[in-house]
Amino acid sequence: MKGDKKYIFLFLLPAAIMMTTFVYYPFFKSFYLSFFRTTGFFDKKYVGLDNYERLFSDGLLGAATLHTLEIMLYVIIFQVGLALVLAVMVDSIRWGKTFFRTVFFFPIVISGAAISLLFVLIYNFQFGLLNGALESLGFDKVLWLSENSALKSVAIPTVWHYVGFYFILFLTAMSKIPSDFYEAAKLEGITGIKKTLYLTIPLILSDIKVVLTLAITGTLKVFDFVWILTRGQNQTEVLGTYMYKKALIDLNFGYGSTIAVYIVAFGVILSIVTNRLLKKEEITY
Amino acid sequence: MQQIQSVIPRRRATRSTRFNGGTIFTYICLFLWSLTTIYPLFWLVNNSFKLSRDVMNNSFTIAISPVLTNYTTAFDRINIGKSYVNSLIMSVSTVLLVLIMGGLAAYVIARFRFRGRSVLYSILVATLLIPSFSTVVPVYELLIKWGIVNTYWGLILPHTASNLTFAILVISGYMATIPKDLEDAAFMDGCNRLNMFSRVFLPISRPVFASASIFVFLWAYNDLFSALIFVNKDSVRPIVALLSEISSQYGTDFGLMASAVSITIIPILVVYLFIQRYIEKGLTEGAIKG
Repeated sequence: MKGDKKYIFLFLLPAAIMMTTFVYYPFFKSFYLSFFRTTGFFDKKYVGLDNYERLFSDGLLGAATLHTLEIMLYVIIFQVGLALVLAVMVDSIRWGKTFFRTVFFFPIVISGAAISLLFVLIYNFQFGLLNGALESLGFDKVLWLSENSALKSVAIPTVWHYVGFYFILFLTAMSKIPSDFYEAAKLEGITGIKKTLYLTIPLILSDIKVVLTLAITGTLKVFDFVWILTRGQNQTEVLGTYMYKKALIDLNFGYGSTIAVYIVAFGVILSIVTNRLLKKEEITY
Repeated sequence: MQQIQSVIPRRRATRSTRFNGGTIFTYICLFLWSLTTIYPLFWLVNNSFKLSRDVMNNSFTIAISPVLTNYTTAFDRINIGKSYVNSLIMSVSTVLLVLIMGGLAAYVIARFRFRGRSVLYSILVATLLIPSFSTVVPVYELLIKWGIVNTYWGLILPHTASNLTFAILVISGYMATIPKDLEDAAFMDGCNRLNMFSRVFLPISRPVFASASIFVFLWAYNDLFSALIFVNKDSVRPIVALLSEISSQYGTDFGLMASAVSITIIPILVVYLFIQRYIEKGLTEGAIKG
């Protein structure tokens, strides 16, 4: 249409300015900063690949990577797995669907910080919900945030927080499977678990792929739970908290930026791998 | 590519109403999981009405004679009301800015044909892979240079930028499905592009604007990482940063912690119960498919 050029420019401009200033420029600046040794804001010296050499010999970063991967494993198995199981279950019932949808979504609307504080109370040694329950059943109290179990204790709220989100995505995908498929299956005598394994899951495979990608890249952003529950102590340091400590507590912007570049690269590789592994033809009804 | 998914409920093959073992097992599992999402909240609110001493001794008993000490402490000593207002001002401003800027950009991407459109779209999708960790240092530098660290703008601007990608993708996905005839008819009536946006596309796309704003609000309201860095002075501190502060400063005052968390989440949960259907609608209609 005539005069469209003007509108394209005008309408895109505000968003473009915002994103260039606060996303793209900082992103490339981080990459640039990763080649410098910095002290404070204004004193920086070009050091070439020094920061990257440090990156690969940094034992703490290695540990943080492993902890992140461990949480990722729990997220894939328990968060995505539970979401799928719950979705299959809710999809199969007749009564109370709305109730479960509403209730399962509760944790998502609550901030990670509030959930973490809730779990500070739940894990509390003296009176916490868990130890209280254990005591009344006659067991000994457990130190939930000790070095041996802290990472798992941090993973529990992380997993619990987003189960409901993926649950809704799965449930939506399932509600779009045409009913003829199920009718045909019924005629063939395929029901119950068999129906789920051979019909439902293959049909929503592309949604499972999307959810897995979201869950895996989401784990790289874990910060709140670790920060409030343990501050990264007791073997719970993850990439997010480590980057925060280096860049914004030690004020080592150069090395902090290098870690940020590493996190981005890690995320890109993980999402490519996920999509390769799960590559399969898309199903259209 | 994105695909708009209809929400029309589909009728399934009729199933027997008779309850068998499997159904009972299913219900037991579902109730157990809902217990994990409900009981901790109940336990929390219940304990927020007890004195810290009582929380420690018997956290499971119901607060028969509720005390409001924790709540008065929360408002008087740690000034949680101020943080609340800060959070609301910043999150609501972020939502408004994202909707205006994102809505306009989404309209262009969904309804204009021009060179570089698909490149633009690919860039947007790739932007989803940029976490805030990788932008925080230069953004912090910028904010300091402009002197807006520890002001409302110091959080509103970065939050707006980081939520734009999601909003543009979801809103343009929805707008792409609006029939072309509608647009043609409006052209006949002499609508220009701006009027078209405000009179035709904006009203029709209300559902997706609603759900996008809910998610942008939640993410802005709940983001601890940026809040800790950009706005960490008492006068502008949002509620998430205050919660982090409480956990380190008042870590032994359990009643106070319970009441602070209750104050943070109860209003959000109540609002959620009212607007819940929009959230699901948004998730289903605007879902981005990989």
